[in-house]
Amino acid sequence: MRIKEHPILKFEHGKKVKFYYNGTELEGYEGETIAAALHAAGIRTMRESIHLHRPRGLFCNIGNCSSCLMVVDGMPNVRVCVEKLREGMRVETQRGKGELK
Amino acid sequence: MPEVRFLFLGREEFNVLARTGVPTAEDIAEVMPSKERLAKGAVAMIECFQKIPCDPCYHSCKRQAIQPFADINDRPRLDHDKCNGCAMCLSRCPGLAIFIIDQTYSADKALIKIPYEYLPLPAEGHVVDAVNRAGQTVGEAQVVKVQSSEKLEGTNIVWLAVPHHLAMEVRHFKVKEVR
Amino acid sequence: MRYTEICIIGGGPAGLTAALKAAGLGAEVTLVDRNDYLGGQLIKQTHRFFGSKQQRASERGINIARELSAAVLNNDKIKVLTEATVLGYYEDGVVAVEQHDKFIKIKPQKLIVATGGAEKTLAFPNNDLPGIYGAGAVQTLVNVNGVKPGKKVLMVGAGNIGVIVSYQLIQAGVEVAAIIEAAPTIGAYWVHASKVVRAGVPIYTSHTIKRAWGDQELEGATVVKLDENWQPIAGTEIDFDVDVICLSVGLSPLTELLWQAGCKMAYVPELCGHVPLRNENLETSIPGIYVAGDVGGIEEASAAMMEGALAGLNAAKSLGYHAPDFAEQRAGVLKELEGLRSGPVGEKIRSGLAKVVL
Repeated sequence: MRIKEHPILKFEHGKKVKFYYNGTELEGYEGETIAAALHAAGIRTMRESIHLHRPRGLFCNIGNCSSCLMVVDGMPNVRVCVEKLREGMRVETQRGKGELK
Repeated sequence: MPEVRFLFLGREEFNVLARTGVPTAEDIAEVMPSKERLAKGAVAMIECFQKIPCDPCYHSCKRQAIQPFADINDRPRLDHDKCNGCAMCLSRCPGLAIFIIDQTYSADKALIKIPYEYLPLPAEGHVVDAVNRAGQTVGEAQVVKVQSSEKLEGTNIVWLAVPHHLAMEVRHFKVKEVR
Repeated sequence: MRYTEICIIGGGPAGLTAALKAAGLGAEVTLVDRNDYLGGQLIKQTHRFFGSKQQRASERGINIARELSAAVLNNDKIKVLTEATVLGYYEDGVVAVEQHDKFIKIKPQKLIVATGGAEKTLAFPNNDLPGIYGAGAVQTLVNVNGVKPGKKVLMVGAGNIGVIVSYQLIQAGVEVAAIIEAAPTIGAYWVHASKVVRAGVPIYTSHTIKRAWGDQELEGATVVKLDENWQPIAGTEIDFDVDVICLSVGLSPLTELLWQAGCKMAYVPELCGHVPLRNENLETSIPGIYVAGDVGGIEEASAAMMEGALAGLNAAKSLGYHAPDFAEQRAGVLKELEGLRSGPVGEKIRSGLAKVVL
């Protein structure tokens, strides 16, 4: 859910782009973080915990904690809270530790 | 206002304001202008009850009604007789803790100026729910004016007319939901 | 290898002020920050600051960030590396940096570490469910990204961050169900607390979170009252139907680089974790390594700016740079810092700082 009006702030966005979340096409703004675009679409689960396979989401949102690791364009362990959205990105839930192909 | 008493004055854990965020009647009495001063017209009420490092109110007052701070942690001391209710301090207070009260507004209404940083802004003439310091609706208020110039940098000032007996109660309002 | 007189790590309030002060004396500075912007956590502070005129009281953090960043970017003496993450500090005094997939080595004569802090979490059942965030994370989401975290929030912790973020959530149109606080009193400035309470958000002191519930995401939480020994009182449970929990339970100083450098460290609860010992110039036990801001102990942004000024001045002075009014500038900053910490709310900081003097 995006904030439409704010008493103090004005939000400026880049151009609208399409990206894919586990294969589903979504829209976001170029240059915003992947996590922000996913949250705007109501998606808050980013990965599965390694041992107990529990859903995990965002925790710190500034690149400190690694709670939000996802597979982005085939690359695992991407902190989506600081990685910027680009046209056509493929973002997937990360399961396990991730492998470089 | 709920009836609350200080059982163990001075011990912070028994301080109602420190536990709830709601100042007590005693707290309010301490910063309230005198009846005589209120009868003369608009005046500020600084509801700042804690020693914190902060002094913009002092710097914003053009009439030196707020006494100089010996220490930045001092609580503001307002000389109500020097204050003319100009509201310069209202939008400079980071705590949004200053209000203007004018008991002489009309025969049956007092005017309260409230710093307001939410949306939607009400429109002049609208009737809104009048809310007390504890967040409870205690009646209705009419919006007399909304100051929202660029100079205020987002801290708008809303003028509310409320019945006289609510002048020391109402410190917030809620825009009524569209039914 | 890149050579610089002063390298500053971190472009938040402390780092930016340090850069401006050091460059002001004439030193040549390299400022490194991992983000693609400067300002650190100031960029999400939409509220007006407390403090004095010198600390820009009554200005909003976002505006302070804009001004400080512009001043740094327009200063010829300061070279700014953004999107540059410091990976390590080596014993020969080399700072290793990764920027745009390139490995950069910087050899400074003096180093100012201004890396800030990281949010703490809290242990309770299901605390890992999506929908449970650090309060600062939600502040970033709402005030920087312009996105809501959910519909209804339970705030855990009534310190300044918890109460201010609650206020900012209401401004963004998100409902805040309540603020709970395990301590018997509100830690935030009372004016902040009063502001959210009159806006309809109750603050429950002596309450903690018992558990969160939800299957794939957060669906609610149970809160319980604590007795005077901080033990849960059976039968006092309250259920909150919320899809967001914000944890505002403190920050820890981000001190990894100081450990690597071998600075003498001490665990000081009042400063929120392991922090470096330092002298009055903010120089650590390793000569030439200075600290400023939250990395040396968690405080307000106003104090971070003043510490940055102090570290910047002293680092430049130690390189031989001087200004006719140096003594005045330094004394002014020290006086400001003392003022900020002198009142009752500064008691904790004062007691903490007394334990880290070199």
